Order: sequence, then C-alpha cells, then structure tokens
Amino acid sequence: MELLSGGEILIRALKDAGIKHVWGYPGGAALHIYDALYRQEDVHHLLVRHEQAAVHAADGYSRSTGEVGTALVTSGPGATNAITGIATAYMDSIPLVVISGQVPLTKIGQDAFQETDMVGVSRPIVKHSFLVTRTEDIAETIAKAYYIAATGRPGPVVVDIPKDVTDPSYKVPYVYPAEVKMRSYQPTDKGHRGQIRRAVKTLIGAKRPVLYTGGGVVLDNASEHLIALAKTLNYPVTNTLMGLGGYPGTDPQYLGMLGMHGTYEANTAMHHADVIFAIGARFDDRVTNDLEKFCPHATIIHIDVDPTTVSKNIEAHIPIVGTCNSVLPEMLALIEQSETTPDTDAIAEWWQQIDQWRADKGIYTASRYEESSGNCIKPQDVIKMLYKITEGKAIITSDVGQHQMFAAQYYLFDKPRTWINSGGLGTMGFGLPAAMGCKLAFPDCDVACVTGEGSIQMNIQELSTCSQHNLPVKIINLNNAALGMVRQWQDMNYSSRYSESVYENSLPDFVKLTEAYGHVGMKITHIDELEDKMREAFAMKDRVVFMDIDVDRSEHVYPMQMPGGSMRDLWLNKTERT
Amino acid sequence: MKRIISILIENESGALSRVVGLFAQRGYNIDTLTVAPTDDDTLSRLTLTTQGDDHMAEQIVKQLHKLIDTIKVVDLTQGPHIERELMLVKVKASESDVRNELKSCVEIFRGHIIDVTPYTYTVQLAGDSEKLDAFIEAVGEMGIMEVVRSGVSGIARGDKFLRV
Repeated sequence: MELLSGGEILIRALKDAGIKHVWGYPGGAALHIYDALYRQEDVHHLLVRHEQAAVHAADGYSRSTGEVGTALVTSGPGATNAITGIATAYMDSIPLVVISGQVPLTKIGQDAFQETDMVGVSRPIVKHSFLVTRTEDIAETIAKAYYIAATGRPGPVVVDIPKDVTDPSYKVPYVYPAEVKMRSYQPTDKGHRGQIRRAVKTLIGAKRPVLYTGGGVVLDNASEHLIALAKTLNYPVTNTLMGLGGYPGTDPQYLGMLGMHGTYEANTAMHHADVIFAIGARFDDRVTNDLEKFCPHATIIHIDVDPTTVSKNIEAHIPIVGTCNSVLPEMLALIEQSETTPDTDAIAEWWQQIDQWRADKGIYTASRYEESSGNCIKPQDVIKMLYKITEGKAIITSDVGQHQMFAAQYYLFDKPRTWINSGGLGTMGFGLPAAMGCKLAFPDCDVACVTGEGSIQMNIQELSTCSQHNLPVKIINLNNAALGMVRQWQDMNYSSRYSESVYENSLPDFVKLTEAYGHVGMKITHIDELEDKMREAFAMKDRVVFMDIDVDRSEHVYPMQMPGGSMRDLWLNKTERT
Repeated sequence: MKRIISILIENESGALSRVVGLFAQRGYNIDTLTVAPTDDDTLSRLTLTTQGDDHMAEQIVKQLHKLIDTIKVVDLTQGPHIERELMLVKVKASESDVRNELKSCVEIFRGHIIDVTPYTYTVQLAGDSEKLDAFIEAVGEMGIMEVVRSGVSGIARGDKFLRV
C-alpha cells in the first residue's frame, strides 16, 4: 500500500472526491499542504488576494455548477478572513468544503502565532466541522466533509488540520473510503406518501393558487419538474430572490419575484391566494413582511428538505420533508392520475385578476420609472441593456444593495444557476469573486458582475486574481456615489439624513484603477453611449472590462413593502402606495 | 412549560459545544444540562431542561436533530417519564436542636447525611426537581451554606427506550 504524508493524503483525497479546483491562500500552518499541492497536477489551485474572496469564488463555482466548492486557507487570520465567505454560503445553503491550516496539535491552546480556534469561531455558520487530529483520519474526514456538504440541505463544512498532522516525514497508508456511512447523519430524501397525496388534493382543489418557489429548486436541480407541474396545472409561479431562474423569467405564468422588492402582482397574488405551495423556500422575513398579516386566506403546503425550516416562521398546513427533486415528480404523477382536475373556471378567473394587477401596476407591462435622458442614466435601463446585449444568456453575479434588486427585477433569468447573489447574508463584496468562480466553470459564457461603487471596493483587489488566472469577467458598476440602499432607507425613514452613506469626492477613478490592474476600464455617463460601449465591452471576450456607469443618484428601488404591513402593502414609487 | 429533552450524541470532541452553541444562537434557554457517556462509550447521553411552548419545543427538537453528531432526540415531557436530580446541600448544624430537626427533615425527604462536622451536615438528596426545591425551602431557615445540583436526568416510563 502506498505511503503518503498528511499533505499528500489531503490532496489525493481531494482528487478522489472529484475536486478539480481549489481557491486559496497559503500561510505558515498550511505550508506542508501547499508543498504537496506543488508536487502534483490533478488539483488546480487558484491564488486569490484575500481569503474571503477564495471562499466566495468557491461559492460562485458551486452555485453555477452544482458541484461542491473548495477553499484552502491558513490558520489565524487566514481562517478568520474566510468567515464571512463561510457565513454567506451557510445562509444560502451552498455546499462548500473549507480547509484551514491550524497550529500544531502540541501548540493548540497556547495562544501560538496565528492560532485561532477555527472550529469554535465557525461553529454557528457551518453545517459541520472537523478538527483532524491524526494523519490516518484525513482521507476519511475529507470524504465525510464532501458528503455532508452536498447532501440533505447543503452547506459549508470546515476541516481544520493542525500542521503536525500534515508533517511530510510522517507517512501512512492511503485509503479513500469507497462510501461514507454515518449513523448520526441520514438526510431524508423522499417525502411522506400520505402528505404528498393530501398536498395534491389541496392543490387541485385550489381556486386562487400560487406556487412560491425558492433556492431549494435551484440547489436541487428541480427546475424541470417545477415547470412541468406549473404547466400541467396552469398555476402562477413566483420566485424568491434565491429562486430566480428556477422558473423561466420570460414565461407568461411567471409573476416576477416576490417579497420586499417583489412585483405588485406577485405580492398581491400571494396575499389573496387560497393555496400557497412553497417549494424549497423558507418564508424569510424579506418575503413575508409582518408574519401576523401574512396571506390570511391561504392554506400552506410546504416542501423542504430541512425539517427545521418547515413551520419555523409560518405554520404549514401540509408539511412535506423531502427534496424537490423527489417530491415534485411524485406529485406530478399523482396529478396526472387524479380523477379530479383543477377548476378551470376558477383558475381562468384568477388569471384574469392577476392580468389586471399586471396591467395596472406591474413593472413588466409598462415602465414604472422616469425614462433615462442625457446624463441621467436610470440604473434599471442599464440592467435592461445588459439583458438585451447578453440576450438573457449571461451568468449574472451581484453584490448587495440597490443594484442587486434592479438586477433581480429587470434581468429575466430563464435558467437556474445563472443568477448568483448573496441573498441570505447580504454580503457586499461577494459579486466579483463569485464571478471568478463562475467564469472558471464556464469560460465560454459571458459572466457579468452587477455591482455598485460601494460593494466593488470590498473585494476590488481580486482584479489582480482575474489577471493571474485569466478570468475575463465583466463588471457593471452602477455608480451613484453613495450607498444607494442605505440612502434609500435614510430617505424613507430618516428624513434624508445621509449619515455616512455618501462618498463625497473620495471615489477612485475606476477606469485608471482597472487599467492599473491590466484590464480595460470604461466610463459611461450618457444614455446615448450606453449600448455601444456595453456592446464593445462584451465583444472583448478575453478581457476583464470594468464599466463604470454614472447612474441617477436619487433613484429608489420599487416596489417596496411597507414595514409592519402585509405582503401587498407596497410603495410603488416615491409618492404612490397601495 | 418545562421540557426535558434527551439526546443521544456521538461522544466526540466539540459535540457538546454544538448543542450549547445552538441554544445560544437560537435564543433558547438551558435551565439544566447533564451529559455523560453511556454503556456504549462511543455515545453520550445528554439531558437538558428548558422552557417553551409546543412550537418552540418542536423547533428545539428539530434543530438538535439537525446537528450532524446527533443520533436521537426525544422530548420526554411528551409522554410518561421519570426525572431525577441529585443534590448535595451543606447546612449549618452546630446546635443540637438544629441537628435533630435536620435529621428528621432528611428522613422525611428520604435523603442521607453523608458528611458531618461539629458545625455542619452535608445532605445528599435525589428526586425530581420539585422535591429538591421543597427540601431547600424546608431547611432554608436553618442556614444553607452551599447547594450543588446535578441537573435533571430523565428516562421514559414503560417499554420505550432511547438507543442506537
């Protein structure tokens, strides 16, 4: 049997787990591992400029491909820098394995140089974590880590490896387990048959149904099943921010996103629904608004793979614990066999009502904001142009703020895994490194990061990573010279007292900055040059292009739910409300 | 209402901190907590008591079950069960009438005096939490110096058992 050191075992185990790419940053406690990495060619390492970006890039890679992402960092500051990335993945249930170096076992607890209790620090934001104390345990731990990360409700797993465990002079036989079995971890896959029957009966009997679908559909690759179900029933569908692309954004049955910045028709339909079928969604506070006033007429059917999500915020009348991928086809088969069929008159009437809402106040039936003119470029128009030029086929990552909501509203995602954003944690600085992960996975696809001048500066150093690893992403910077969403809340709730939300004259020249990194920078200040310049940017397939676009500084994101209201209580623009 | 939740968990480092951390993270209180290996030394049995309505208790059980190290979780208060807690109490006992009264009190509560000095008695008492509370109340005026309680351990009545 082959004898390998701990570092070699780790890299070999990554290979055997099917891992091709690792994003990371070396340091003292991880040097044995990095030396083992240097002496092989199976696992490709991408050096980032900050550990947070390593985790976001692995996360973007995972979100766009469905595979488990991998990051490798050193102990202490390397580990703590990774924390925001891990928390981001945890909140959005993204499968990652984050491997951290640790000080030697003999030094743990001594306040050694670059020592941090990584398992302790990361505990509330991981699905699970391991501290490996024996070289012999590395391969099995890695196999378990990937298994746990990918199965059930996915999530990040931390593997903390003390330096002496990877000592090159200590070699042991290498064995990668053929399969992983854990008596304490057996995720549920199939839903309860009786519950599924009840759900089908309720669903068929609905007169004002809404399918409310979330990130679970995307994570579970269940989009096709969802489409089949919606088409068979002719029921309306709304997606959460995390669920965008799970149902085609251009389909007539699609109502747009729901929630805080959801469409009028989606939120109003939810409020009036008699049956809400929640599929891989978690009744987040950014969706429900005030729980007491949430959808007063609705019978709730809820599928989720995680039992803790069911009836956590909103009591489900028909809870089903299982994967979308298993439960939806089962439901579809039952619907097709069912003797009863949906009440077509009631459904037709419901569609008539929904179409009326769309025509009255929908953002897709008419433009609900003032048009761009001259140097006043509306951020919504930039997203529409992006959609037009990329023909709706790009992978779009975003940071967090107004630009994120405009992208979510105006880029119509037809395919899952093409909308990549930090929905749960809301991490500014996510967009650029996540775009790198997507570009690595899909080199032939346009990958654009929609960002703002606030968010982009949180991980702008990754422009250098893009050069080193040839990751020609496009950056759409909606520059309003302020933290737009913060300013919007200050306008709405704090009498426009702009406490620390404006940059005054401190912003860098993004064009020069981009050029300093060896990329192409473009400044766009007039609506008439938007299309040509954006086309030019996307024509440069092998270059990173940073489009710094001056947008209307006073624009707000609408619709917007009113605090303490029901789902349908919305501001539609600065003066009009429902 | 009071809940007694029993957990079988892998006897591994970090497992207890995940349970305790979960309670802190989710805003649940732990009133008492006991943990020790079982006859199978790869497993720990953990019993904790907390307060909460049915919805909260259900969430706590589900959240505990979600921990990767957890094998089984049961809310013992859902069915007939037995709870026991051990208490050691050191009481001032320098005068003979106090010593006599304490002795009879210990007898009534079916406890034992397990250590004696010219000035103190140390009493051992087992039972449910209410019984231990009642004892403290009964001897309180005699001058309690120290109270040590183990926290609640619990087991279901009848044929039900928690095992892998």
